[in-house]
Amino acid sequence: MSITELEFQAVTVETAPEEAIQGQSQWQLTWRRLRHDRMAVASIVVIGLIAALAIAAPAFASLVGHPPSQAYPNIGVNVNGTPVSPGTHGFWLGTDELGRDLFVRILYGARISLFVGLSTTLIGTVLGVSVGLISGYYGGIVDAALARIIDAVLAFPYIVLALSLAVVFGPSLWIVIGVIAFFSWAAISRVVRGQALSIREKEYIEAARSLGAGPWRIMFIDVLPNLMAPILVLATLSIPTAIVFEATLSYLGLGIQAPTASWGNILGGAQSYYTVAWWYLVFPALALVITTIAFNLVGDGVRDAMDPRTERVFAAGRKRRKTGSQGDQADGEAALPPLTVADEGGPLSWQ
Amino acid sequence: MAVTRFLVRRILTGLIVLWFVATATFFLFFARNPQIVARQLAGRAATAQILAEVTHNLGLDQPIFTQYGRYLTRLVHWNFGLSYFNGGESVSAIIARDLPRTASVVVGGLVLWLVVGLGTGVLSATRARSLFDRTSTVAVLVGLSMPTFVLGELLLRYVYVPANNHGATWITIGYVPLSQGVLSWAGAMMLPWITLATVQAAVYTRLSRGSLLDTMGEDYIRTARAKGLTERRVVYRHGMRAALTPVVSQLGIDIGALLGGVVVVEQVFGVGGLGQDAVSSIANGDLPTIIAFVLLASAFVVIANIIVDLAYAILDPRVRIS
Repeated sequence: MSITELEFQAVTVETAPEEAIQGQSQWQLTWRRLRHDRMAVASIVVIGLIAALAIAAPAFASLVGHPPSQAYPNIGVNVNGTPVSPGTHGFWLGTDELGRDLFVRILYGARISLFVGLSTTLIGTVLGVSVGLISGYYGGIVDAALARIIDAVLAFPYIVLALSLAVVFGPSLWIVIGVIAFFSWAAISRVVRGQALSIREKEYIEAARSLGAGPWRIMFIDVLPNLMAPILVLATLSIPTAIVFEATLSYLGLGIQAPTASWGNILGGAQSYYTVAWWYLVFPALALVITTIAFNLVGDGVRDAMDPRTERVFAAGRKRRKTGSQGDQADGEAALPPLTVADEGGPLSWQ
Repeated sequence: MAVTRFLVRRILTGLIVLWFVATATFFLFFARNPQIVARQLAGRAATAQILAEVTHNLGLDQPIFTQYGRYLTRLVHWNFGLSYFNGGESVSAIIARDLPRTASVVVGGLVLWLVVGLGTGVLSATRARSLFDRTSTVAVLVGLSMPTFVLGELLLRYVYVPANNHGATWITIGYVPLSQGVLSWAGAMMLPWITLATVQAAVYTRLSRGSLLDTMGEDYIRTARAKGLTERRVVYRHGMRAALTPVVSQLGIDIGALLGGVVVVEQVFGVGGLGQDAVSSIANGDLPTIIAFVLLASAFVVIANIIVDLAYAILDPRVRIS
C-alpha cells in the first residue's frame, strides 16, 4: 500500500517538471500575452529602432559628414539668418539657426533621452523598492516617518528643486538625473509599501520568520518576488515620464546645455523660429512624442499582460481580444490548468 | 469648530514649513563667499576697494546670524530685497507686476483642466466602450505622452500663426491685463490655458473614469437604482461624490506639477509671470528673484494643500478633520 503510493508519487515527480515549468512561470504567461498585444509589440519594435538609431548616431554623423555640434554658417543658414529647409545641401531634416545638422542632432538627442530615461528609472526603482519594502515590512514609527517623506516628495514642486540646484551647481546632465531620480522613487515606494504591508501578514512570512529568517532575507527573498509585477509596470511607465521630465528641464535651460544636443534644448531653440522653420519644431517634437507614446504603450501592455483583469487602455487592443479570443483560447487553456495545479501546491501535496 | 481648529493647526504647521524653506534657501543661496557676490555686482573691473565697499553696503561683512535675522525680518515685511538686475528694481515690485499674470494662467488653466478632465472622464465612464470613450482613451494616451512645452509650441505654430493670418487676431500671446477688457485678456490667455489644461487633464480623465467605473459597481449604487432614482441622480449625486475622493487626493499631489506646468507655459507664450522671470534669472544669477519665486511657490503649495484637505473631508464624511 505504502509502496504503491511511493511509486505513484515517484511517477508524478518525474512527469511533473514539464507541466510545472510551463505553468509556474508567470513571466512566460506574461510574455505570451504581451506577444499577442499588437500595439505593445509594435511599440517594442519602435523603441528598438530608436535605440538602434541612438547607438548608431556617430555612424550616421560620419555618413552625412556633419558632426553634431559642427555649425555650417555658409551652407546651413539662409542669407537672412534662418535655418535651411530639409533636403538642402545634404541636410536631410534641415538645420537649426546656427546651421547645425538637425537630423544628426536629433539622433544624438535620442542618446541623452534614453540614457536619462533608463538610468533614472533604474536608480528610482532600486531606491523606491528598498524604501517601500523597509517601510511596509517594519511598519510602526519607521513606516510613519517614511510615508511622510514619500508624501512630501510626491507633493514637492519639482520646478523649485530644479531651479535651486541649477542656481547653486549650474545646470548639467548629473543634476537632471539627480532631480528626476529624486522624484521617481516616491511613486514606486508608495505602491511597494502598500503591497508589503499586506504581504507581511501572510502565513508564509510567519513561517519564514519561525525558521529564523532575518528581516532582510524576508524583505528581499520572500516579499520582493511577489511584487515584481507591479514594480515592472511602474518602472516601464516611469521611463517616458523621465524622458518628458528631462526634455522639459532642458527646454527651460535647467538641464542639458548646448552644444550637447537634447530634444528639450533643440525644441527650446526652435521656440524663436516657429514662424519660419517648421522642421526645426516638428521633427524633434515627433521624435519625443513617438518615443514617449511607445514607452507608455509598452507599459500599458505589460500591465495588461501581468493582470488580465485590467481593462485595455487602447481601443485597438480590445478588438484583438474579442476577435482573437478563439485563437488565444488554445494558448490560454494549455497554460492555465497547470497554473491552478501549481497554485494548489503542486502534484505532491495532495496526500 | 473642528474646522477652525483644523485651519489654525494647518496654518501653524504651514508657517513652520515656510520658515524651514526660508532658512534652507538662505543657507543654500545667501551664505556664500561675499567676494563672489560683490564681484558679480560690481563687475570684473572693480578694484578691491570697491569690492569691500559693496560687501559692506550689502551687510555681507556682518556675522552670518545677523544677516539671517535681518533676512527673516525683511521677509515678514514682504521685502525680498532688490533684484541684482533690472536696474536694481525691488523684487516686491517685480512680484506685484508678475503675480496677476501668473494668477491668470493658474486659475484659468486649473478650471479648464478640471472641467475638461473630469467632464471627459465622467462622460467616458457613463458611456463605457462607446466611440466617445475610445476616442478619449486615445486622446488621453497622447496627452500623457505629450510634454507641455511641445504642445504649446505646436499650438503656436499651427493655431496661433494660421489664426492670425486668417483674421482671428483676437488670439494673442503675451499678457493683456484684465483692465483692458475681459475678452482681450481671455484672448491672450486662451492658448496658455489650453496648453496647461490638456496635458494635466489626461491624468484626470483616466483617473475619474476608472474611479467612477469602480464606484458604479458598488452595492449602494444598485440600491440607489433599485429605489427608483433617475440615472442622472444616481451618477451625479451618489456616484460622483465617492468617485471624486481619489481625484481630490491626486490633486494634492499634482499641485507641484501644476507649478512646473505654469513655468513652462509662461516660458512658451512669453506671459512674463513669476515663473518666466525666475527661469530667466538663472542665466544671470539674479538670486533675490529666484528666492522670491521659491518662497512664493512653497507658500502656494502649502495653501493649496490645506484647501485640498478641506475638500477631501467635505467629500468623504469618513475622513475626520482633526
